Amino acid sequence: MTGKSLFQKIWDDHIVVPETADTPAVLYIDLHLTHEVTSPQAFSVIRAKGLKLRRPDLTLATLDHSTPTVPVASLKDLDIVSEPAAAAQIRMMIENCREYGVELFGFDSDARGIVHVIGPELGITQPGKTIVCGDSHTSTHGAFGTLAFGIGTTEVGHVMASQCLLQRRPKTLAITVDGKIGPGVTAKDIILAIIGRIGVGGGTGHVIEYRGSAIRSLNMEQRMTVCNMSIEGGARAGMIAPDDTTIEYLKNRPMAPKGSAWDAAVARWRRLPSDPDAAFDREVTLAANVLTPMVTFGTNPGMVVPIGDPVPAATDASFRKALEYMRVVENKPMLGMPVDVVFIGSCTNSRLSDLREAASVMRGRKVAKSVRMLVVPGSEQVKRAAEAEGLHEVFTAAGAEWREAGCSMCIGMNGDLTASGQLCVSTSNRNFEGRQGIGARTVLASPLTAAASAVAGRIADPRPLIAD
Amino acid sequence: MDKVNLVQSRTLVIPQSDIDTDQIIPARFLTTTTRKGLGKALFADWRYDSAGKPKPDFLLNRPEADGCGILVAGNNFGCGSSREHAPWALLDFGIRAVISTEIADIFRGNSLKNGLVPVIVDKTTHSWLIENPGAEITVDVDACELRLPKGRTVAFPIDGFSRYCLLNGVDQLGYLLNHSDAITRFEDTRSWQP
Ligand code: SF4
Repeated sequence: MTGKSLFQKIWDDHIVVPETADTPAVLYIDLHLTHEVTSPQAFSVIRAKGLKLRRPDLTLATLDHSTPTVPVASLKDLDIVSEPAAAAQIRMMIENCREYGVELFGFDSDARGIVHVIGPELGITQPGKTIVCGDSHTSTHGAFGTLAFGIGTTEVGHVMASQCLLQRRPKTLAITVDGKIGPGVTAKDIILAIIGRIGVGGGTGHVIEYRGSAIRSLNMEQRMTVCNMSIEGGARAGMIAPDDTTIEYLKNRPMAPKGSAWDAAVARWRRLPSDPDAAFDREVTLAANVLTPMVTFGTNPGMVVPIGDPVPAATDASFRKALEYMRVVENKPMLGMPVDVVFIGSCTNSRLSDLREAASVMRGRKVAKSVRMLVVPGSEQVKRAAEAEGLHEVFTAAGAEWREAGCSMCIGMNGDLTASGQLCVSTSNRNFEGRQGIGARTVLASPLTAAASAVAGRIADPRPLIAD
Repeated sequence: MDKVNLVQSRTLVIPQSDIDTDQIIPARFLTTTTRKGLGKALFADWRYDSAGKPKPDFLLNRPEADGCGILVAGNNFGCGSSREHAPWALLDFGIRAVISTEIADIFRGNSLKNGLVPVIVDKTTHSWLIENPGAEITVDVDACELRLPKGRTVAFPIDGFSRYCLLNGVDQLGYLLNHSDAITRFEDTRSWQP
């Protein structure tokens, strides 16, 4: 008998009703995260059917997507800084959570932040759990050895009412990254290289397990960056087996188990990693030592090159359309292209270590005159921790804006936008047309590359600026 | 959800590959709290100019788009965000089936829960559909087949449960709640508690 993969162990542990040829499995969900944008229609269904939330105690809510990144002391402020529709959505979230007994990390909480930043930070994201959210970047939580994936609003309603989902077992894809990454190369560059390899549809129908020595050597924040962008490779979930790094990170977090419950949990987590003889439906391998900083050149995350490499020649009409939209020239590198905006933030790269990396490049330097730079911490906790180290002063002294936590310019729902035609080097995860504003041209990169580009006013390789 | 069996219509063809949900409905329309009326935001950034006027050359604004219920898109449709607003917008516009070589997982699941039929076809069939916009075709959910002109038929995959739900307009929440006892048993007897 072959062994079980990490995915298979968690899947098997959550089967309420097994799948058959005719019916999907009923899969139990241990944690349901929710935010203001994808939940209102689900609450409406629950209300219309006269149902209750089955497990409000396993449900957590936050405000992040359409939420302003300027300070909001009271709901009155909201009407001043937000569009009426966004303000109404936020108020509805507050109302829904109150009515249905869901804990909300709102404006009055010092733990508010992007949904995928606060779960891990609070210690409620734990190995072996199933975690869902009406948000495709739920894959982030897979960094802890959880099965975590995004769902639509109808499914949000299903979890609210039943704490379960109807699911078919996905296929598994093992991605092994071995070797040591060089200085100036980051977790973001690893995942961009992976997506460049498998393509934006490459993981469709699969759950990814990232493995190999390069992955093992990453800290938790870096692992989250990798798992975060699994969806950009088409996979609903990406996961990394829990190890000492995971356990060390979770210890003493506010919502992590304590005392004997902690010991029992750790013993359980230690059994989760894939057995040595576990089989995967597909396998891909990558060498880490040859990786360089990566930048996207097109309008999806699979259109990505090493920073000094030329942009490939167009192969079809869609490709050509993307290059035209980006105003990028075939056979020339992205390096040196003029930059208008730099955004450091999003659930991919807004944690303390990301801000430290960006600050390491900015320290003693200035944002180029032609560039607007926005730094948006992923959570209020990240913000406080960064301020305690003086990182905010590094950014503001350089001429960057320092904001309250939220999704901000990653999705541009709260008024933080890149203007039409402007080029934004962004640490977020999506360079789709118009993602950061109508006509905005997005180049995805690591916090190091983004910071180096802010200083240069052009797309720049961070490696010469790094003291190692 | 309404029952869906036959979708008979001329096709609308958008040959662009990797069309993501930010194109299907841009994020600025997601501050809504209902699922109604999103059809006017469908493909908004491709469909309207900066003054909000319809661009006459974009397919959805042309007279031949009137009454079309089947969208044929380039390779890999619906990647990106989990926003269910994408199928809501397509349905509100009048689209009842989407056809591509690959359809992203979350979009596909969302479509099935709203009665929008996701149809995955082989490369040859796909090329033919892309090259013949406006073809009169039929998506037959019951037979799991696509009927093209001149009597040609192509089978498409759809799992039995999704097919049953489409054909009978089944509300999957009701199905799930029928398992309440099993869920309670699971919660009571599992070896650890979240
Ligand atoms: S930061 Fe961006 S990708 Fe992440 S949850 Fe917010 S909008 Fe989505």
